[in-house]
Amino acid sequence: MRKVSRLSRFNIASLAFGLAFLYLPILILVIYSFNDSRLVTVWGGWSLRWYREFFNDRAMIEAAWMSLRVAVAAATIATLLGTLAAVALSRGERFRGRTLFSGMLYAPLVMPEVITGLSLLLLFVALNAERGFWTVTFAHTTLTMCFVAVVVQSRLGSLDRSLEEAAMDLGCNPVRAFVAVTLPLIAPAIVAGWMLAFTLSLDDLVIASFTTGPGSATLPIRIYSEVRLGVKPEINAICTLVIALIAVVIVIASLASKLSSSQGESAAPL
Amino acid sequence: MSARRIFARPARFAAIAPYVWMVLFFLVPFAFVLKISLSQTAIAQPPYEPVFDVTAGWGALKAAFAALSLDNFKLLGSDDIYVYAYLRSLTVAVTATALLLLIGYPIAYGMARLPKRWQAVAMVLVIVPFWTSFLIRIYAWINILQHDGLLNQILLALHLVSQPVVWLSTDSAMYIGIVYSYLPFMILPLYATLAKMEPALEEAASDLGAPPWQVFWLVTFPLSLPGVGAGVLLCFIPIVGEFVIPDLLAGSNSLMIGQTLWLEFFTNKDWPVASAAAIVLLVVLLVPLLLYERLQKRQLEQGR
Repeated sequence: MRKVSRLSRFNIASLAFGLAFLYLPILILVIYSFNDSRLVTVWGGWSLRWYREFFNDRAMIEAAWMSLRVAVAAATIATLLGTLAAVALSRGERFRGRTLFSGMLYAPLVMPEVITGLSLLLLFVALNAERGFWTVTFAHTTLTMCFVAVVVQSRLGSLDRSLEEAAMDLGCNPVRAFVAVTLPLIAPAIVAGWMLAFTLSLDDLVIASFTTGPGSATLPIRIYSEVRLGVKPEINAICTLVIALIAVVIVIASLASKLSSSQGESAAPL
Repeated sequence: MSARRIFARPARFAAIAPYVWMVLFFLVPFAFVLKISLSQTAIAQPPYEPVFDVTAGWGALKAAFAALSLDNFKLLGSDDIYVYAYLRSLTVAVTATALLLLIGYPIAYGMARLPKRWQAVAMVLVIVPFWTSFLIRIYAWINILQHDGLLNQILLALHLVSQPVVWLSTDSAMYIGIVYSYLPFMILPLYATLAKMEPALEEAASDLGAPPWQVFWLVTFPLSLPGVGAGVLLCFIPIVGEFVIPDLLAGSNSLMIGQTLWLEFFTNKDWPVASAAAIVLLVVLLVPLLLYERLQKRQLEQGR
């Protein structure tokens, strides 16, 4: 076996291009958020002016607070349900309606958001639910629990099941074997799933637009209505703050997955 | 009874809560979409004529069935705006997916050829933008593509153009936005199959005298087809229904179906037509969706 690197110049060039393409726009956005000039494209020196502007913008702050609350609530419920779903799918063997179950869990991963958003809204209207915090939270739970289920399921799939079996051979009942052996092993995936659900909820515009009510806009809804009117330096600052928050989340999630020596490779970008 | 079988029973109970949730919040809503797509528009809150009212008794129910109409679907089929919107959505999705494959494949291939240690780093670097807000990444491009934005400044400074190019509100801007947003979805499944490939196969082909392009077309590419399939579906399906990117980056003279649905719903308050549009979109996507489901299932449940 040859152990030399098989990288060609073409490989290196395409990698460099790909990473530059993915990161440069975000980097430019972050840099310009510190721009003192009102004109977005003219550099006026470093300043925190637009961050001050944001913290004085009551409507924006309220929207950000709403988004954070929704994201925490939705991610928490979604992690609970998604983990249960993953356990059922990877350990439950055959049960009635299993195909329908997995079908319902995988479809929202690619389903156009306009369809999911519209259908959930029509449900909430039919149920006569007051639209606002809870309707958005439930809608986001529905979407994100599918992502959690996939993350946890791929971890469960790569686990060595003889550990669980050993625990049961030694007299644990199945529930106890799960809590004592399996749960600690999949904990990093559960944490990563929560983080992913949190960021997805924080990011969502379309489903939130359909399911929210008057007076309870989320941050993406506010950003979207501002962006439609054109580029504003304050938006750069808000976006940079969101990116910073997500960066913290990613670091925690990757530390969590470092704790487990996960080697599973998933087809979904999770 | 083996330990594995004993484990299976309580695990099955774990399905109950998520099962009920998904039936209530994913499956049942489609019944409402179908129902409202068959009803008449009304100036009321909510803006549609109620179709079924079970409490009204059998006679009323029969009358309601008689009132069901396919008018909204006829409208979608006869009005050029909608027909064009569907055609445009499909064209955009096919073009964008082809671009993504063209751009994503070399990147995934490069990743798979990195030394093992660096592959993990590259994978994290590709995943991170997926975690970063979708809307923010589109907004970042508006910054760059606007009239006096960075791209035009660079082009002018390099004397490649004599006056600023209009980028925003064009199809090119939209394609840039789509490719940018969906690139991780294309790269990761491609990388997953390419990384698993036995390098000896390629080496054998080239030892036997095949030139590099032939090695690629006869060995590498055919072996990576599962990844190609996953990446294509993962991109194509959501792009057909995409709303945010065409809305913010493309011009407003030709709309995609996600945009017309949004417009009917939020601007025209025509919920029945919006529902009918959603049903048609769902029908168009049914085959790719089922293919994707099979793929995802096989992927997550192999080795069971």
